[in-house]
Amino acid sequence: MARRYDSSTTTFSPEGRLHQVEYAIEAINNAGTCVGILAKDGIVMASERRITSGLLAPAKTSEKTYKLCSHAACNVAGLTADANILIDQARIYAGKNHYVYQDPVPVEELVEHVCNYKQAYTQYGGLRPFGVAFLFAGYDKHHGFQLYQSDPSGNYSGWKATVIGANNQAGKSLLKTEYKEKAPSVQEALMLAVRVLNKTMDGTAASVEKMELFKMTVDDKGKCQHHILTATEAKDVIDSVVAESASAGDS
Amino acid sequence: MDTVLAITFKGGVVLAADQSNARSIITYQSNIDKVKELSSHSAIGVAGPNCDLVNFTQYIAKNLALYRLNHDGLKLSTKAQANFCRSKLAEALRKGPYQVNVLLGGYDEDVGGSLYYMDYLAALEKVDFGCHGHASSFCLSIMDREFRKDLDEEEAINIIDHCIDEIHTRFLINQPNYMIKVIDKNGVRISKFGGDPSDT
Repeated sequence: MARRYDSSTTTFSPEGRLHQVEYAIEAINNAGTCVGILAKDGIVMASERRITSGLLAPAKTSEKTYKLCSHAACNVAGLTADANILIDQARIYAGKNHYVYQDPVPVEELVEHVCNYKQAYTQYGGLRPFGVAFLFAGYDKHHGFQLYQSDPSGNYSGWKATVIGANNQAGKSLLKTEYKEKAPSVQEALMLAVRVLNKTMDGTAASVEKMELFKMTVDDKGKCQHHILTATEAKDVIDSVVAESASAGDS
Repeated sequence: MDTVLAITFKGGVVLAADQSNARSIITYQSNIDKVKELSSHSAIGVAGPNCDLVNFTQYIAKNLALYRLNHDGLKLSTKAQANFCRSKLAEALRKGPYQVNVLLGGYDEDVGGSLYYMDYLAALEKVDFGCHGHASSFCLSIMDREFRKDLDEEEAINIIDHCIDEIHTRFLINQPNYMIKVIDKNGVRISKFGGDPSDT
């Protein structure tokens, strides 16, 4: 039934659905998992590094985490080529905004701009939607630390903790039980993120090569700090999670 | 021929401007208000042709209102408003410039009162006090001498009054009436005026 109505983004199906947009969202469910967690003094984003070939040169920076401006960063799940276009958009918008107002762009405004750009591809032009979902992490003086998720439809929402990419339902159910009412510290959030990735990547052992951990904090001068954990730091977090779960069964 | 004066004080800014609308040898009116409100806690004192004064202030004020509507009531800081203003002046400069010289004052909770000096070439500088127009030849030295950090409102208005007295004594052009407005944590209010703007 859907066959007739799924080849064009600009056509609703009789059930009131946009199939192209839904298929784009499906595409992301095959991508490497990303977890985002809002801590009380920062934001943590962790992602699965998919190593498809041993011959691949290791990325010098990251293929999952991108800095958008001094106070915002994002994690990507989906088609990297599509993501690059949108990240350019976000960076230009943040930069232009800073030129005009000489003030950091409010995080939600930046997210909304990227999402409005994505929405255009679901309504006109006859072009396919972007096959990317983002986790945006940012800090501004209006709302403090914020975590947003967006998908190919151009919708976005703010979250305390969320998962995108492969096995995100398993990750989300773990977060539902383990994310306490009171926001965790950044360190606790890092460990929770590793636990979530362990669950979504189930079968494979947790290791530094397979996970990328990112944290955003603010120093005492109010300046935002972006930090992708080094191999040693990441190993420390993974080791403490492993130790915790090993002793969990003991009474 | 316009005069615009402004001084920051502890907890706010005083903005003052003459009220004459004149061209060539004729005074059209002596009760116009050249200190226009931009938002709840900011205002702009403008020197320049009446058309640009009105056009520019309304353009900025309405764009700031649109920003608030688009961003859930988020208020722009005085610094952001001043830079926005400057960017519009800069954009228009090589197309069809606004011939306005401006003093933008505002109150922010975290900063207190702040004042920005802008000219028609889109220069922007944060200042403690400022003047635009021929009056600056008479008034800057008075402000230089009498300004201190953390004045209170009354002292600031006093300095403005000294400046206005000097203009009345020494400036060739007759500017009998002045509009004085105060911006503080309560918003923008009229302190006093010579001619009632609503008097048509």
